[in-house]
Amino acid sequence: MSELISAEARSWIGRSADPVRIEISRTDIRKYAIATEQQQAKFLNGDEAPAMFLFGALRPLIPMDQLGPDGIPPDKFLPDLPLKRVMAGGTEMQFHRPVKPGDVLIATRSLHDLVEKQGKTGPLIFVSYNLRVETEAGELVLEEIQTRIFR
Amino acid sequence: MNISEISVGDTLPERQHTATNVSLFLYNAVIWNPHRIHYDETYTTQVEKHPGVVIDGPLQGDWLNQVVVNWMGDAGQLATFNYSNRRASYLGETLTSGGAVTAIDADAGTVDVELFIKNEAGEVITPGTAQVRLG
Repeated sequence: MSELISAEARSWIGRSADPVRIEISRTDIRKYAIATEQQQAKFLNGDEAPAMFLFGALRPLIPMDQLGPDGIPPDKFLPDLPLKRVMAGGTEMQFHRPVKPGDVLIATRSLHDLVEKQGKTGPLIFVSYNLRVETEAGELVLEEIQTRIFR
Repeated sequence: MNISEISVGDTLPERQHTATNVSLFLYNAVIWNPHRIHYDETYTTQVEKHPGVVIDGPLQGDWLNQVVVNWMGDAGQLATFNYSNRRASYLGETLTSGGAVTAIDADAGTVDVELFIKNEAGEVITPGTAQVRLG
């Protein structure tokens, strides 16, 4: 069953986006820790990043005039799909090393899979990405499979 | 926390989460997420047809891993963490996070836990699992 996912879209599976380089700051960790109501001192003090900190830190920084009317930045790393509304789907994370202030990290995302499912309110497409995060020196930090649901 | 003191079936402390307009604004600002379904009620209900402002799936994922992270404190490290957003949740709902120990490997020093976020109807809307490495 793959009526909604074109052969062209399917050809994206395995493709990688350009690596993203980010610098981790104590202030950004503290802001994240407050917004997510963390309870451990190491997070609130910014000594270590909470498990899902990189989810936000790796989001693209796109000029305002490129944001869509829904507020979402254009995602150039996405095949053309007939369903346009997106929801969070979930994630599978393997942690290899804590993230700390001063870290400089390189993140590479590739398209893992495209799966069509039938939801209660109509068809859904599950788009999953492989994310691999390393330090600049090549030490593995995080491996993750993130899923977004298009409806 | 010593692994010999942990048993399969032990429950992890539950916690209640009530997002507000302020907390959702700060969360979406800090993760740099401008999607209007998290702060613009008129747009959210009229254009994207949700019943209310949407509580971010990844924010629930964060609350979920805090169940195990707060339980173990500085005694261990999170090794793996998985979750699925099964049902949406909306501003005004109070969610409850919690979990239980499902497996222990004393030789490897690992503990597996099952995690949940439930809505007010008691439905698990965000299930998850984690493995921690103690010591």
